[in-house]
Amino acid sequence: MARKIRVLVAKAGLDGHDRGAKVVASAMRDAGFEVIYTGLHQTPEMIVQAAVQEDVDAVALSILSGAHMTLFPRVLTLMREKGITDVLLTGGGIIPKEDMAALRAMGVGDLFGPGTPTTAIVDYIRSATRAGAEAAR
Amino acid sequence: MANAARTETEAQRVKREAQGPAAGKPGAAENESSTAPPQLFETLSGIPVKALYTSEDVKPGLAERLGEPGKFPFTRGLHTEMYRARLWTMRQFAGFGSAEHTNQRFHYLLAQGMTGLSTAFDMPTLMGYDPDHAMSLGEVGREGVAISSLEDMEILFRGIPLDQVTTSMTINAPAVVLLAMYVAVAEKQGIPPEKLGGTVQADMLKEFIAQKEWICPPRPSVKICVDMIEWCAQHMPKWNSISISGYHIREAGATAVQELAFTIADGIGYVEECRKRGMDVDEFAPRLSFFWDVHNDFFEEIAKFRAGRRIWAKLMRDRFGAKNPKSWMLRTHAQTAGVSLTAQQPLNNVARVAIQALAAVLGGTQSLHTNSMDETLALPTEEAATVALRTQQIIAYETGVTNVVDPFAGSYFLEALTDRMEEEATAYIRRIDEMGGIIQAVERGYPQKEIADSAYRFQMQVEQGQRTIVGVNRFGGDEEISIPVLKIDPDIERRQIERVRAVRARRDAARWEKTIAALRDACMSDRNLVPYVLDAVRAYATLGEISDVFREAYGVYREPAVF
Repeated sequence: MARKIRVLVAKAGLDGHDRGAKVVASAMRDAGFEVIYTGLHQTPEMIVQAAVQEDVDAVALSILSGAHMTLFPRVLTLMREKGITDVLLTGGGIIPKEDMAALRAMGVGDLFGPGTPTTAIVDYIRSATRAGAEAAR
Repeated sequence: MANAARTETEAQRVKREAQGPAAGKPGAAENESSTAPPQLFETLSGIPVKALYTSEDVKPGLAERLGEPGKFPFTRGLHTEMYRARLWTMRQFAGFGSAEHTNQRFHYLLAQGMTGLSTAFDMPTLMGYDPDHAMSLGEVGREGVAISSLEDMEILFRGIPLDQVTTSMTINAPAVVLLAMYVAVAEKQGIPPEKLGGTVQADMLKEFIAQKEWICPPRPSVKICVDMIEWCAQHMPKWNSISISGYHIREAGATAVQELAFTIADGIGYVEECRKRGMDVDEFAPRLSFFWDVHNDFFEEIAKFRAGRRIWAKLMRDRFGAKNPKSWMLRTHAQTAGVSLTAQQPLNNVARVAIQALAAVLGGTQSLHTNSMDETLALPTEEAATVALRTQQIIAYETGVTNVVDPFAGSYFLEALTDRMEEEATAYIRRIDEMGGIIQAVERGYPQKEIADSAYRFQMQVEQGQRTIVGVNRFGGDEEISIPVLKIDPDIERRQIERVRAVRARRDAARWEKTIAALRDACMSDRNLVPYVLDAVRAYATLGEISDVFREAYGVYREPAVF
């Protein structure tokens, strides 16, 4: 029996828009993931620390405030510094296509915009994480 | 979701109670919809809708429930002639980058025929941080304009005589600081506070419920809101000291009924807090204002505006004993639903916004913001913002809907729906009263949980194809339509940091010290804080510094992380 996929759903920065993060967290839970939600107003340091402590397979960052080009790279850098390079960094929010491409080039995973079905996010995390790959074997 | 079909949700329970003992079995609707074609014959709030309405559907006593326009209970509108006498205020929310940028946008919008200003602030400003605080990293000037000290505010309103415009400021946790800065800028223009017209949102209850921008815990936050209501009642007779907002509650996922109920429950909360302070209800109630969302469900939205006015009028007259008819009036701003707009096929949003705006007008709004088609992608470009304003002008000047007051009155369907929304919202309000009032309910997380459940239910309905979103889960095209997106200069953060540091270095340090100390002292008492904040902003204390005084005095709020 494969272990459950563990995902940290995180709200970074000052952005209080948590409707999407909560809907996605609920959908992941219903899909059988173990979901840890950080709550609002987390710094990149707090998020990466939680990712290490909770031994997650993926960090899903929700940003609707326009600060994604600062916060995603900062979280990614800190993840590399902590040596958790096998953890997927993904997320979503109000993020223009060019910025999604630029972040992907830095090593961030797929990012999801408004209107994405939650099943697409769940399927992606299954396909792109270590635990998901083990389960598929 | 799996257990939603088996057990009755709180929303269904409230709905059943509102309908009395004759209502159907709980859960029956779910069973029907699972075998029915992928179309829900119900409103966005889950109110079942029949194919045909007749006089049988309208309960006796309609004339009394409607009243006349401009008279209690204001179901038909606040004014006898409504838009024949005066159109609604076209108030487009604007703000990005630096104070200079937003000042230019204001001048542009005024030149295009806009009749009221509306200011959007950036996240650090909304949360009470200066731009050089660690939490502000990457956020300065992104979602709105950065205002850190009186100097920024002076630039923001440069060349705009504040006695000739009305200004709405969407700010909550540090609202008292922005209100004080506005008064101080007017002072410098030689305009006394009693001549200033406009609105400060300053509704902290809905922050804890939905928008989640706060500094201190609920009770001191509400205390500061009540300070503003009290001070404005004494000094700013043309100013709306609060905008009790359903908008954010709806955007966070509430249904129209929940938006109506939780917003009015918030209103009751503020009225009760003011009365505890010994204020007479007619002293402040005429300056309370409201703010509704306008979503896609056309008739439900019109019914919501009408039901809201009726519920409020009855509450104010009968529960709170208000004597002044102005205290009975639910005056409202409205904004089309940002959450209804799609990133897919963004041009379709122009149609959504037009339909929503029409509902707000038919519902009798006093002022309106129409969203721009590109808001799911970034802040609006100038072109998109202009189309949004033109949409209002087309409704106002081309469609003829402004010629007749409350034209849908007497429609069997609309009247039945208005009554039903009033009943369901009233059932929620009763439940909140039983919990000891809205502050207790918020501390228990009750409205928060209700909203999150509704948001999830809606998303599942969309994913299962029961609800259609054009261009998203039906009628999607393969080719990507791209539209231009506004870019914010990343250098704004650096310049804003330099400016606030220059202000701190240049100001009269002794005067600053004295005003901050006086504010700190006042926070430890029951005194009204507005005069102390006003002195501090005149001394160029920054928004972050004043917010820090609140943090020290009252503590910082942390929400329990539940989903």
